[in-house]
Amino acid sequence: MKGMFAAAVLFTLSACGEPEPKLEGVEPSLRRLTEQQYRNVIADLFGDHIIVAGRFDPILRQDGLIAIGAGNATISASSFDKYEKLAHSIAGQVVNDRNRALFIPCEPAQVHEPDDTCARTFLEPVGRLLFRRPLDQSELSLSVGLANTASQQLGDFYDGLAFGLTSLMVSPNFLFVVDEFEKGKGEEGEAKLTGYAKASRLSFFLWNTTPDTELLDAARSGALSNSNGLEAQIERMMQSPRLRQGVQAFFADMLHLDEFDHLEKDNLIYPAFDPQVIDDARDQLLLTIEHHLLDEDTDYRDLFTTRDTFMSGSLGRVYRTPISEPDLWTAYEFSEGEGRAGIQSLAGFIALHSHPGRSSPTIRGKAVRELLLCQKIPDPPGDVDFSVFNEPSSQQMTARERLDVHNSVPSCAGCHRLTDGIGLSLENYDGAGQFRTRDVGFDIDASGNLDGIDYENQFGLADALSQNPGIPVCLVQNTLAYGLARDPGRDARDWISFLMQKFEESGYRFKPLLRSVAASENFFAVIAPQEERAAKTQVGTLLNSTKGSGS
Amino acid sequence: MTLLKTKRASRRGFLRGTLAGTAVGVGLPFLDMFLNGNGTALASGAPLPVRFGTWFCGLGHTPGRGMRALEGNDYEFIEECLSLEPYKKDYINYFSGFNTPLDGSISAVHYTGWVAGKTGSVPQGFGMIPAPTLDTIIADKIGTKSRFKSLEISSTGNPKDSYSYRNAGNHNAGEVSPLNFYLRLFGPEFRDPADKDFTPDPRVLLRQSVLSAVEGDRSRLVRAVGSEDRARLDQYFTSVRELEQQLEVSLSAPPALEACHKPKRPEEVPVGYDVETVNANHDTLSEILALALACDQTRVFNMMYTQAASEARVKGTTFTHHILSHEEPPDDHLGYQIQTAWFNERGYEALSRMLGTFSNIREGDGTLLDNVLIFAQTDTSDAKTHSVIGIPSMTIGKAGGRVNTGLHINGNAAPQSRIGLSLMQVMDVPIAEWGTRSLRTSTPISEFLA
Repeated sequence: MKGMFAAAVLFTLSACGEPEPKLEGVEPSLRRLTEQQYRNVIADLFGDHIIVAGRFDPILRQDGLIAIGAGNATISASSFDKYEKLAHSIAGQVVNDRNRALFIPCEPAQVHEPDDTCARTFLEPVGRLLFRRPLDQSELSLSVGLANTASQQLGDFYDGLAFGLTSLMVSPNFLFVVDEFEKGKGEEGEAKLTGYAKASRLSFFLWNTTPDTELLDAARSGALSNSNGLEAQIERMMQSPRLRQGVQAFFADMLHLDEFDHLEKDNLIYPAFDPQVIDDARDQLLLTIEHHLLDEDTDYRDLFTTRDTFMSGSLGRVYRTPISEPDLWTAYEFSEGEGRAGIQSLAGFIALHSHPGRSSPTIRGKAVRELLLCQKIPDPPGDVDFSVFNEPSSQQMTARERLDVHNSVPSCAGCHRLTDGIGLSLENYDGAGQFRTRDVGFDIDASGNLDGIDYENQFGLADALSQNPGIPVCLVQNTLAYGLARDPGRDARDWISFLMQKFEESGYRFKPLLRSVAASENFFAVIAPQEERAAKTQVGTLLNSTKGSGS
Repeated sequence: MTLLKTKRASRRGFLRGTLAGTAVGVGLPFLDMFLNGNGTALASGAPLPVRFGTWFCGLGHTPGRGMRALEGNDYEFIEECLSLEPYKKDYINYFSGFNTPLDGSISAVHYTGWVAGKTGSVPQGFGMIPAPTLDTIIADKIGTKSRFKSLEISSTGNPKDSYSYRNAGNHNAGEVSPLNFYLRLFGPEFRDPADKDFTPDPRVLLRQSVLSAVEGDRSRLVRAVGSEDRARLDQYFTSVRELEQQLEVSLSAPPALEACHKPKRPEEVPVGYDVETVNANHDTLSEILALALACDQTRVFNMMYTQAASEARVKGTTFTHHILSHEEPPDDHLGYQIQTAWFNERGYEALSRMLGTFSNIREGDGTLLDNVLIFAQTDTSDAKTHSVIGIPSMTIGKAGGRVNTGLHINGNAAPQSRIGLSLMQVMDVPIAEWGTRSLRTSTPISEFLA
């Protein structure tokens, strides 16, 4: 579906240059906090020294993004069990005698007894940051009441306060980002996000964390309801150091970097690829992207040809280059002889899309199509006779020879043509991303093709990718899907075309794209839930009939 | 240009250990003084609980190299499944010939088969979970009186390798670390029946109060979202209530289960897909699981050996189990894929070892195996061709005498949902029909039911 959609956007691009098309919006939704968001929120509220110990149940990726999965995920019993234990652990750390002076702006009258005022003084502002809106009176009273009861029973104000804090951290108001809305006065279904809901949407989009106090203050004052106020906040957020973690989170999602958590390489075949390399290979991708798009603020498409990156000591072993300061990330430019160009040639991208003990042109080609071009490769057919691939010497064949066999079967050839022309031109990298010129004793033929463009090697692929019109469209689509936590859908086609036009005009720079999306009315557009609309229609009908009967 | 290379806490660090593991002990005998005369009930009159579990290994076994049918309903395990033979007569039924009618849908390779078997419905593509998996339905019925409604465990190191779902957005992820699994079960919150002086922990009551308070958040939220999200909220609140029930259990003195004792705390160990590691973790996780069952910490579990399209591999080799199943040529003389068969054998050996561990837990006159029902499943009937026709499966255990054992049951092309329906009925789920379209059935497998 994504592939067809991208093509449609390209087709309508020439019709742009007009005011931004307006979307009707969708029903308000819930988005479960991702693990990284949860960790960011705790770090932002209480500092890095509060340990978020334990593992989170993963949110399953949908339509290519964990963000979309989060928009459809609930919290299973085993997940909630973990959240509850985690909340107690965090709350216990916050109130312990080492940390309480940092976070609790008051002292109880008696340390062994409840203190309603002090509990309230602490829980009210913390609750505002956790819920991303002020607690209403009943919520605050409940939390303070729990703290008081627990303090009474445990004979310790701070122990009790931890229970009050825990009650906020296991609440659905914290664990889900809620699109709270205000009903419009006018036509049926009219609704708009509250200022606080807008603040959350902005904050998780740009920072991947909860809104800070200033953004919540802007929500309270109504500043986010007018374009000047909104743009001022967006500009402030774009200048914040937190933008980096937001951009990293987006590309980590788009490039499936969560899969590094379970990436395995055979350490007998690839002894250099140790656990530190896995961590650094992931970070190298993100640092390269971040530097290119944020620090240099240059054309997104150049990411696929750039030779600029960063190198660490452990990565030096994989790239076979000496690193003078192994404990630092050092800016590094690949020479032509090193055979690298673009993020798709970095060890992280290559290793992530390979088998544990060998390369895979098909998996790599599929990754380029799906992750970078937003094109869905059809699932493999269920009725293939694999006996034709049972070539006795297959383990001594080059990848190209093995795939030639696949391409001899019509039901396989269609998809392999889409993937293998890309993946074979990355065959100069082994399963761990190390450069090589030979495979199973033969010189590697890295020629390939992408959408009608033939090339000789990985440099040709890099050029073809950077010039492929699907590359920027895919970024725009992913940016929207990530920010909205849903597939933008066909209704958003004109909006995407509009954003594409602006993206092109900006020189394909990512920061202006983020600004365009965040400032768009469409980014916040909602309609009332169906039940609300139906109720409104009924009331309207009733009013009309009453009017009618009275006239 | 240089940047400080911060040593941030590695996400992988939470998932992977660095030290070699150690085995944990298994159960002590269940003392007769706590049982009635025939060993089928606790002295209190409560019957011994029947537990339900699933076990999964990817890619099944080579057709014709796992089981040989004998006269009538008899059979014998051979070749790749030979290690299961000691348990066959008393505990294992082998199901062959049960089909997965697709009703025009395309078979999602390595996916449709197990989803259909566990949900009674054919998914319309990867990632779709058309109905709750049967373990969650059974857990709703029998899992409310234990500390954990169900436990999910994966030997592969990847928590996503768990096939327990209420829907696509409500997944029960697998525990992958033996140490974390141990701590969750036998950490500070474990109430040891050997402790004579039980007093309820006041903090548990307070934790319950916190959860009760959360219920108050429902009304404001429900007003804010549409019907689909309301359903997701309902599932969240169900999870809250389940934890409340779980805490309720820990407010009572633990039952006197003499087979119950804390296992030895395992070390942090590596996780991963190489067979050596998978086997080591499967063994350790099985031993902890056996004691969790002996201590009545849960009555439902889902254990995964390897996932569908198994990525298991041997260190130093370039081909995984899955790739071999497609690309390895059959041996000229033996006629089958030798390396693929090797992986298959390792899976059933691991299952056999798990059954050995369970059989070491004495319960009355028998063992844990007499009071458990395990559904052992795989994804294909012939990995080489991705076939979902006649996917083999097994039931293991006597389920407290509720099922017959030692049978080969040939479905003769009946829908595989009949197996799932039978399992749920054995486990007291009040269900007369199950499945959708051609998988819909109201006919349990009569010869299986005692």
